[in-house]
Amino acid sequence: MDRLKSFSVINAFLWLMRAAIIAVVAWGTIQTILNNTTSTRAWTDFVIFGVAQGSMYALIAIGYTLVYGVLKMINFAHSEFFMSGIFTATSAVAIPLNASGFMAEHPFITMILVSLVAIVVSVTVALLTERIAYRPLRTAPRLMALITAIGASFFWQYYFSGLLGSRAKGFPAIDALKGSVPFLGTQVLKTHILVVIVTILSLLALNFFITRTRAGMAIRAVAENKDVAALMGINVNQTISLTFVTCATMAAIAGVLYALVFQQVHFYMGFIPGIKAFTAAVLGGIGNIPGAAVGGLFLGLFESVGPSLFLQSLGIASFNQLKDVIAFTMLVLVLIFRPQGILGERLTETKA
Amino acid sequence: MSKKVFGLLGLLTVASLVLAACGPAPATEPPATEAPEAPGTEAPEAFECMDAIGCVEVAAGDPIRIASALVISGPNASLGLDSQYGVEIAIQFKGDVLGHPVELQAEDDGCNAEGGQAAGQKVVSDPSIVGVIGTSCSGAGVPMAQVISDAGYFMVSPSNTAPSLTDPDQAWRPGYLRTAHNDKVQGAAMADYAFNVLGLATAAAIHDGDPYTEGLANSFREAFEALGGTVVAFTAVNVGDTDMRPVLTSVASAEGGAPEFLFFPVFTNECVFLAIQALEVAGLENTVRAAADGCFSDTVITNLGDAEEGMWFSGPDLAYASATYEEFLVAYQENYGSEPLSVFHAHGFDAANMIFACIESTAHQNAEGDLLIGRQEMRDCLYATSGFEGITGTLTCNEFGDCADPKIAVYEIDGGEYVPVYP
Repeated sequence: MDRLKSFSVINAFLWLMRAAIIAVVAWGTIQTILNNTTSTRAWTDFVIFGVAQGSMYALIAIGYTLVYGVLKMINFAHSEFFMSGIFTATSAVAIPLNASGFMAEHPFITMILVSLVAIVVSVTVALLTERIAYRPLRTAPRLMALITAIGASFFWQYYFSGLLGSRAKGFPAIDALKGSVPFLGTQVLKTHILVVIVTILSLLALNFFITRTRAGMAIRAVAENKDVAALMGINVNQTISLTFVTCATMAAIAGVLYALVFQQVHFYMGFIPGIKAFTAAVLGGIGNIPGAAVGGLFLGLFESVGPSLFLQSLGIASFNQLKDVIAFTMLVLVLIFRPQGILGERLTETKA
Repeated sequence: MSKKVFGLLGLLTVASLVLAACGPAPATEPPATEAPEAPGTEAPEAFECMDAIGCVEVAAGDPIRIASALVISGPNASLGLDSQYGVEIAIQFKGDVLGHPVELQAEDDGCNAEGGQAAGQKVVSDPSIVGVIGTSCSGAGVPMAQVISDAGYFMVSPSNTAPSLTDPDQAWRPGYLRTAHNDKVQGAAMADYAFNVLGLATAAAIHDGDPYTEGLANSFREAFEALGGTVVAFTAVNVGDTDMRPVLTSVASAEGGAPEFLFFPVFTNECVFLAIQALEVAGLENTVRAAADGCFSDTVITNLGDAEEGMWFSGPDLAYASATYEEFLVAYQENYGSEPLSVFHAHGFDAANMIFACIESTAHQNAEGDLLIGRQEMRDCLYATSGFEGITGTLTCNEFGDCADPKIAVYEIDGGEYVPVYP
């Protein structure tokens, strides 16, 4: 009865909006299924593209969620940790080694080198950002840290643009990764298989690190309560730095995978994946590590399958252009029904 | 200490605001209202602006100032820098105009609507600028044409090709002209090549929502259908997208079957992503790929790698047979140490020379060498350009500013260069 009384016009409007969104999605889906013009092969392909893209989002999203867990701030410079590593590694390692012919002979060694350089650069950028920009503001109002993060993001973008040039650089293709292999009645690109395998291994390693090691336990303790963790003899500053190292490593691995799949890197490449990964982290429940992985996967799938499934039969011209609209509408829908995200816990006042 | 710093910063902010407010001062003196002085002495004495929308005054010894608004940073910088170098060489070859040196103020159009708007505002706040050479990108040209036109300036674009810009029902504004071809011509040339030369009957087109890419994709579709071909898919991606496989897969599973020809007239980054990923999408293995002049850049050649095999590019025909072009290329090599970066350098050169010719024929000069350049007179003169011999051909402007003598070629990449194969 109380709920009925507090039911206002705005509430009614919101419910209508929700109903309308769901109706459009449902109607589009049913129409598409009824007069299915897309082959099963294409649908399978959409799912595979979505999983591959979602895996990369997941790796980046880990960074947003871990830092949020520890510092309760959104680290908008995280997309630059992603960009800086692979952009430097491409310019300084991959392109020269490819020109000298070394890459064609020893692709495996080259990729190890590229990954190492990417990780070292990303981690350095992350540690510098944490030490110089975030640590002095740790006790400041949270809004200041947020604005600083956006500033740091711009700083690194234009730092690397000035250092390595503002043009896109081609990442050399590796012969061993060209082409595709048969899988479930379709052909899957070798690079996509590599992306999924590397992502799963990275996530398993991260899970082991966070749950089974002393350092991981320290990160969880600091995330729970910094002051109490300090009283228990945990070096909080060191632990926060370690969190940034972990995040940057994940971002650098995502960067290497991105370069293998898309073969083109530039100083601005972090922006859109960064926004998407942040969305994925919120979708999965920010602060929750498995949530980030699930959120990334969901977002990749929505983007890839969504336009054809929901919009194709609604007669919308150039429906593929609306994939971001779909992704964010899904975010809104999930947040309406589960404000804490897919796997998130309801935030208490103290934690929020 | 920090209070002092903030105080100083505050003062600076206020000062810059005041200065900014003073910036866009009225461009000209009000038209003369007094009667002419004693008859007989009228001709040398009456040195006042009689133009309907104002004049630019250039004192003796001062430079004549023109601005450029081209994309000179970011991924498409080679497109804009190429045109800007063309303009600079035109200034170098020309020397003085009516005894005044010419000074170029280079702005950046950013290749997007916001950049065009900003560059336009900056130009029209400076009353000493005669006119603008720009923009590079049609997307920047649409808002800039409005700003420039409203302020009484003119602009001549060396590389805007979107049909809407010279269509008075769409984006055209008085004072807008271009030396680049209209994409109706380019779309038709690509369609002709695909249908008649390659003998392909089904096609698809992908644009990115920018006026240039959408206009060109549209004119290709119209021309291809007029020839008797079928366009099975017409869709779009977003600027900044990287994963093109979903959109390519939906093109491949179009109702009319996978297209034999895929035309994506988008800019460099998206062009490379589409070109590489189209090879990996089921159903498009045998589809012929083609892009347009937005995808002409040495970065594209490097980044495409092996994916350039079997891909075509349409763009202006650079087979200019003139002695001036030979000299131009020599100067380009000397000044900038490279072959032309893209395909719109000659159009920039011609645009600058068209403007110089009109300054020479319309400007009023007194005995001391002061100049008065009437803004309406300049516009009238530019639109009346007829039979003007430039590098790109014989330019004749129509009433909506289409001045080009359009010649389109189709290129392939061979040995790290764009090599024309048609016509």
